[in-house]
Amino acid sequence: MVVLLSILFAGALFAGFLGSLTGLGGGVIIVPLLTLGFGIDIRYAIGTSLISVIATSSGAASAYLKEGLLNIRAGMFLEIATTLGAIAGTAIAIFAPTHVIAIIFGFVILYSSIVSFKKRKLDENVEIVPERKIRKIDELLKANGTYITASGKKTYKLQHLGGGFIVMIFAGILSGLLGIGSGALKVIAMDSVMKMPFKVSTSTSNFMIGVTAAASAGIYMNRGYIDPVLSFPVMIGVLIGSLVGAKILLKAKTKSIRIVFALVIFVLALEMIYNGIVKNI
Amino acid sequence: MLKILKTWDDEKMRGLMGSLLRIGVLSAASITIIGGVLFFIQHPKEIIDYSVFKSEPARLREVNLIIKEAFELRGRPIIQLGLLLLIATPVARVIFSLFGFLFEKDWVYVIITSIVLVILIISLSSNYLVI
Repeated sequence: MVVLLSILFAGALFAGFLGSLTGLGGGVIIVPLLTLGFGIDIRYAIGTSLISVIATSSGAASAYLKEGLLNIRAGMFLEIATTLGAIAGTAIAIFAPTHVIAIIFGFVILYSSIVSFKKRKLDENVEIVPERKIRKIDELLKANGTYITASGKKTYKLQHLGGGFIVMIFAGILSGLLGIGSGALKVIAMDSVMKMPFKVSTSTSNFMIGVTAAASAGIYMNRGYIDPVLSFPVMIGVLIGSLVGAKILLKAKTKSIRIVFALVIFVLALEMIYNGIVKNI
Repeated sequence: MLKILKTWDDEKMRGLMGSLLRIGVLSAASITIIGGVLFFIQHPKEIIDYSVFKSEPARLREVNLIIKEAFELRGRPIIQLGLLLLIATPVARVIFSLFGFLFEKDWVYVIITSIVLVILIISLSSNYLVI
């Protein structure tokens, strides 16, 4: 048991490290690691992964809060969507057969691996969006914001709050169903749909992931999906790994690492789908 | 206290919120580590099979039993206590935001935050619900 848990700890350390370095999060690799690598039932894997997701995202959010990048108000508003989605996702997970969950998981991480192959725009400049008629809802929600860049304070106006809200419901469902943070989808909702600057989107996403995961983790705890002996090494491993990853991220060139990680996830996704189809999971 | 309230703004809220999250995660991790070490001391040879799912026993699922057994210094309940604290950390952050928006008299966000809090409370008390 000690040997098994030590290997788990090492795996979690690695997953947290790569997850934070690539911005995909540890969850996409923890669940395949536990199910495919150790033959652990996917329900335990989801519970364990969700716990580590809360730890890493809360840790990251506390750092981002210091930098003043986060949009607390927009995050708060969208958390209505993600928490409702999370409860729905958890309810689906409780009733759906495990091999179906494995197949859905496979397709979701297949998608994130393909997306992360594409080059991301990381520019500091917000694209100039044509002035739009200010609607009542925008005025009411005050969800516009400012953030600080190298060249001073920048302001941005958020658009399509309704569209972002709907994408966030899906992000919540996937998080509750699969035990992942679904940070990639949250960033798409804010960055592509709502036109929030990319850096603000990624930090606000981390801020929201903890609350989203807490909504489903409570249900999983009540249902007995969260095993202490499994969660202990995985949570600590992912937490330490992601802290180290975040430190290195500031200096390292991550492009090649990201490609390798995307390839690994691509293979894991196919494995999950295959094992789901032959009902091995 | 009143002085803080008079100069209360988003900046202060961010700072305190960051500390709250950091303290929550660090104390949850510490308690979990203590529980893990105790588990190894108490059960050095135990082998657990995770290939077949069987729900955790009530003593590792229900909050009151977890707290009771954690105080008896049992390893696994102490780990669960740490995990409960971890789950409570984002919830505490939402409660804190609620007060923050109250101090700012930002009523729209007082309502929005209250809705999130209600959803969280419903999910956390889900053992009383059907799902």
